[in-house]
Amino acid sequence: MRQAPKLNNPAGPFIPLVYLDNNATTRVAPEVVDAMLPFLTERYGNPSSIHAFGGDVKRDIDRARERVAALLGAEPSEIIFTSCGTESDNTAIRGTLQAYPEKRHILTSKVEHPAVRSLCRQLAKEGYRVTELPVDRAGKLDLDLLARSIADDTAIVSIMYANNETGVVFPIDEVARIAKARGVVVHTDAVQAAGKIPIDLRNLPVDLLAISGHKLHAPKGVGVLYVRKGTRLVPWLVGGHQERGRRGGTENVASIVGLGRAAELAMASIEEERTRVRALRDRLEAEILARCSDTRVNGDRDPDGAGRLPNTTSISFEYVEGEAILLMLDREGIGASSGSACTSGSLEPSHVLRAMGVPFSAAHGSIRFSLSRYTTDEEIDYVIEKMPGIIERLRAISPFGGARGVASGAR
Amino acid sequence: MWDYTDKVKDHFFHPRNVGTIEDPDGVGEVGSLACGDMLRLMFKLDEAGRIRDIKFQTFGCGSAIAASSALTELVKGKTLDEAQKITNQDIARYLGGLPEQKMHCSVMGREALGAAIDNYRSGGVAKRTLEGRVICTCFGVTEKQIETAVRENGLRTVEDVTNYTKAGGGCGGCHPEIEKILARTWETDAASASPRKKLTTIQKIRTIEETIDREIRPHLESDGGGIDLVDVEGDRVVVALRGLCSGCAAAGVTIKDFIQAKLREFVSEDLVVEEEDS
Repeated sequence: MRQAPKLNNPAGPFIPLVYLDNNATTRVAPEVVDAMLPFLTERYGNPSSIHAFGGDVKRDIDRARERVAALLGAEPSEIIFTSCGTESDNTAIRGTLQAYPEKRHILTSKVEHPAVRSLCRQLAKEGYRVTELPVDRAGKLDLDLLARSIADDTAIVSIMYANNETGVVFPIDEVARIAKARGVVVHTDAVQAAGKIPIDLRNLPVDLLAISGHKLHAPKGVGVLYVRKGTRLVPWLVGGHQERGRRGGTENVASIVGLGRAAELAMASIEEERTRVRALRDRLEAEILARCSDTRVNGDRDPDGAGRLPNTTSISFEYVEGEAILLMLDREGIGASSGSACTSGSLEPSHVLRAMGVPFSAAHGSIRFSLSRYTTDEEIDYVIEKMPGIIERLRAISPFGGARGVASGAR
Repeated sequence: MWDYTDKVKDHFFHPRNVGTIEDPDGVGEVGSLACGDMLRLMFKLDEAGRIRDIKFQTFGCGSAIAASSALTELVKGKTLDEAQKITNQDIARYLGGLPEQKMHCSVMGREALGAAIDNYRSGGVAKRTLEGRVICTCFGVTEKQIETAVRENGLRTVEDVTNYTKAGGGCGGCHPEIEKILARTWETDAASASPRKKLTTIQKIRTIEETIDREIRPHLESDGGGIDLVDVEGDRVVVALRGLCSGCAAAGVTIKDFIQAKLREFVSEDLVVEEEDS
């Protein structure tokens, strides 16, 4: 097992680091770091310069653009580099609204990432009509309702590709076909999907798609907005002629190059995500459910296929609270996250779980494990071994769980 | 991750006095599963009237468990009069401080203690009841609880009140009410609200409709629901909930409470809201 960088425990004993929070951020792949280093040292030129020292860097950016395009099945000219997923989402939505000033309606879902959800709520304050489509208990959209919710003045449909908390994958293909049939621009936040499941924009009629570097083993601070050729979009960051005038600002060269390399690596490992990573996730999930009583998986488990990200599981433990579980896990060197209220500083549990009708009691005790291609068998064994004891300890303190504890497999 | 002190971590990882007492002298319970934390506290007195034994059970985050544990250590061996003087600040201080947004955990400890003492003094019959008007319907926080927290902790802003009591941390609909409590507590020349005049039936229905349009419907619609006014008979207001609100298990409690609170605030204190039989 990998040893944690001894940040928390510089003098103490060996603490493993089992990092199962890859939907929050990922480790930068060593190959990516290698690709980036020259641009943080000798090759610091500005790609917009006329001299060769700078101008040559442009070629590296173009190569990164080609690699990202290849991952998505896009044309290189359709790729705009941004600073993060949030910038990409904001540019897509605001840029579309500005391109169609007569259209005043936005159609989105109740379970979007804040990069879309908070923006849409802000836009509602600015006078737009916003419809947030509900999801069912499995976390799925009602496509008939989606079709019925499109109005004559709908400017944009923005539905995420895959949910960050549950891993539920939306049928973006069908969403896009329904919206395109009504002539509406379609945007999808694919931040969690890119690199984990195949995306092929040649066969997926969305107009705009956002991804983020640090979710696929590139560094933080770089993102991508895909803009299908011919899509009307008003730039959001206005400045120099970078990105063909569609996004001003000197390029984050090292990170863009890193993202290019990460895209190439992701393409090569998509099959591993579908097989090995998924098998690890399935084993983790099944063992936790078997070893701890009163637990449930949030969202459709999708036993046969493409309905859930291969790396994600959201599990609720009744009678205990998520932050307390995370603190216990952290002490064992396990990093995960929770949809409980207390972890966020807000007082209400995750809007995603609430939208799915997960009871508050279960939402407060929800833990998300998100794996990566760096996750090993041994690490999953370790988590499976530690989890029942942690739940047992906390239930022994809880007024609701004292008598139940951890079970015996009887469910 | 929160910046918890070593003392908080110690009381979380090694909580003192966890469990229950057989045949306790006093039992107090605050919070709920839905709110994300709950504390049950029980104690036994010795012949001299001092707390001989005290146990707790807590469902909640790290700081909720630590605050419960700290509370039990603080009051052990004290008389009830002495114990009652302990404030949430004492609990937080004992732990070397709590993050601002977690202060409500210390308030919960103090409230549970108060409830257990009341339970004892009433001969074990008094269940804790919510005293006074409920201001925050999302978390069930009363005017009295907010006033106490404001006074004891010198709170000045709505955000402070949310950190200490959770009130206002949900839909945010009660922020104006909290502002009023803050203003009332800290300004001696409290702007006295003019007493409400008796409304005619026509005025009442009109005001109810206006309040629904302005205060209630936008809130429900933001969650995909809707509301229609069906009838008003005296102080009985019958409404129909539409869309996502209807049939929702929580409709009976939260939405009705929310609507009733709003109508009482803006129309008349005497109104009772009922959902139309479907």
